[in-house]
Amino acid sequence: MSEPLLSVRNLTVTFPAGNGAPVVDGISFDVRPGEIVALVGESGSGKSVTAFALLDLVPEPGRTTGGEIVFEGRDVRGLPPADLRKVRGGGIGLVFQEPGSALDPVRTIGVELAGVLRRHRGLSRAEARRAAVEWLRRVSLPEPERRLDDYPHRMSGGMKQRATIALALAGGPRLLVADEPTTALDVTIQAQILALLRRLRDELGLAVLLITHDLGVVAEVADRALVMYAGEIVEEAEVAELFDAPAHPYTRGLLASRPDAGGAPGARLVAIAGSVPEPGSRGAGCLFAPRCPEAVPGCLAARPSLREVAPGHRAACILAAGPGGKP
Amino acid sequence: MSGPLLEVAGLRKDFVSAGRFGRGARSRVAAVSDVSFAVDAGETLALVGESGSGKTTAVRMVLRLIEPDGGTIRFDGVDWLSLPIGELNRQRRKVGVVFQDPATSLDPRMNVEQIVTEPLVIHRVGDRKERRRRAVALLSAVGIPESALERRPVEFSGGQRQRIAIARALSTAPKLLVLDEPISALDVSVRAQVLNLLADLSESSTPRPATLFVGHDLSVVAHVAHRTAVMYLGRIVEEGPTGELFRTPRHPYTALLLASQPRRSPSERRPPEGASVAGEPASAASIPPGCAFHPRCPVATARCREEVPPETGSLAAGGGPRRFACFQPLS
Repeated sequence: MSEPLLSVRNLTVTFPAGNGAPVVDGISFDVRPGEIVALVGESGSGKSVTAFALLDLVPEPGRTTGGEIVFEGRDVRGLPPADLRKVRGGGIGLVFQEPGSALDPVRTIGVELAGVLRRHRGLSRAEARRAAVEWLRRVSLPEPERRLDDYPHRMSGGMKQRATIALALAGGPRLLVADEPTTALDVTIQAQILALLRRLRDELGLAVLLITHDLGVVAEVADRALVMYAGEIVEEAEVAELFDAPAHPYTRGLLASRPDAGGAPGARLVAIAGSVPEPGSRGAGCLFAPRCPEAVPGCLAARPSLREVAPGHRAACILAAGPGGKP
Repeated sequence: MSGPLLEVAGLRKDFVSAGRFGRGARSRVAAVSDVSFAVDAGETLALVGESGSGKTTAVRMVLRLIEPDGGTIRFDGVDWLSLPIGELNRQRRKVGVVFQDPATSLDPRMNVEQIVTEPLVIHRVGDRKERRRRAVALLSAVGIPESALERRPVEFSGGQRQRIAIARALSTAPKLLVLDEPISALDVSVRAQVLNLLADLSESSTPRPATLFVGHDLSVVAHVAHRTAVMYLGRIVEEGPTGELFRTPRHPYTALLLASQPRRSPSERRPPEGASVAGEPASAASIPPGCAFHPRCPVATARCREEVPPETGSLAAGGGPRRFACFQPLS
């Protein structure tokens, strides 16, 4: 097994609202080179804040209050600003949900791309322009030579997201962090962008940390998934295992509650009761226990920690069967 | 009463673009062209399509939030489009609407009782005490306790707010319920609750209202709609009983939509790459001539580039009429 590219340990992010309760509560995970890892969760689970924290971009007044973020052997936290800027874009690329939010409306896509290529790769003006065309071709933007001189408003949402991905990758990062990259797109365009991410991983050996709320997207592209609930990782597994043998009742509930295109009108779904707890109102025990159909009194005694239920498969549930099959 | 509760025929809406910076050439943008559909009492019809398909514009015309440029709408036996505004407002109690995002569709300054009873106040139904009783009954039907009456929307989660919005929409016992992406803005873990609630309410109401459901997620549509109409760049390209339409799509665009749905599980076979790599929809400002789908269509011919395909009707094996607008239908 290769060394992890990114190794996050006990990451904690806190916002003053909600009595200063952590929004990301001591999570740990690894991303290996060339691996697509999905960080799955609902709004309020802390998945997007985790993505921001990796590059020290947590929006004010939030703060990363603890933990390590080791990327290629160095802790990103505490890097001098100049080194941090090199990691941003040069080591870790970022793509956000809203296509085009990363694009400057008054610059052409060619100028933007050339800027990144000159800054991170040290190319000359002419070389950068040639390389920019190559990047637009690599993300399958139609007519790349012509698009080079286009402004973002001339492009559709799907084209902007392709351009944003080119921009995120032009600095040569080994890890792409993509926060809901297809959520704002139509489903036929989503399928194209997901296929593009798979292809870029294969061609460039790129690792991807994909932040999403959509288990369909996870099934489509991810190798491994981390399921987040209320600021914690509650389950981690290879995707085939996660979908076939989910160990945490929350994961099971999410999978079972999905409507099915083969369903019939009026057929009832298996719903999860209640709603996600606010950061300030989280009790001592398992955070999912108040909604859990399988909860026993012991669930409220202490916060369960992640433990191995099968090789490479961890769950934070006292009821999940261990490797020997015993709970 | 004979005939469908809602019957829309030849509906059309053009938007005029102002040109660059308000100057230059103005152009007409056909948002909805020649759209026809009907919904019976107790039945749910889904309008599905991607952004720019015109589904929202079509529904807004049914609500008369925008006035059509052509076509007719018959609703509950009256010529809906010729109603003068005063009479229209009186008749509007027959229609309930739930919008996508309850964070923006509920007035933050009102308490829950005011939100749920406002339609009754507007239509002068009952006195204060009766309206309060009705609000309590409606809230209980959507799973919100009576103690919520004095509280404001901000105190509730997204799923609870959408329950309150549903109670409001049902307050006047409407004959037609319009649901515009009612679960898209909700947390994944509460979507199933709200879908189940809508199914429960639809079955327990007498008479059951007709429902017009606007959506983009085909798996959700499969769970709510008896029939589905697929829209592409302003036109209905295919319509039929939902299950049949999904099993045997006749229009290549319906097939593309189905193939683009993410898999339910990683072990399901991924559709061949070619199925999903097929360009992007044209902008509504420059709809291609002929069949608007032809630039993305794998089976388009010369005729598809020139003529708009007419709607072809057929009686499907499983019963229920189907229609599609395609010269090269899939078999």
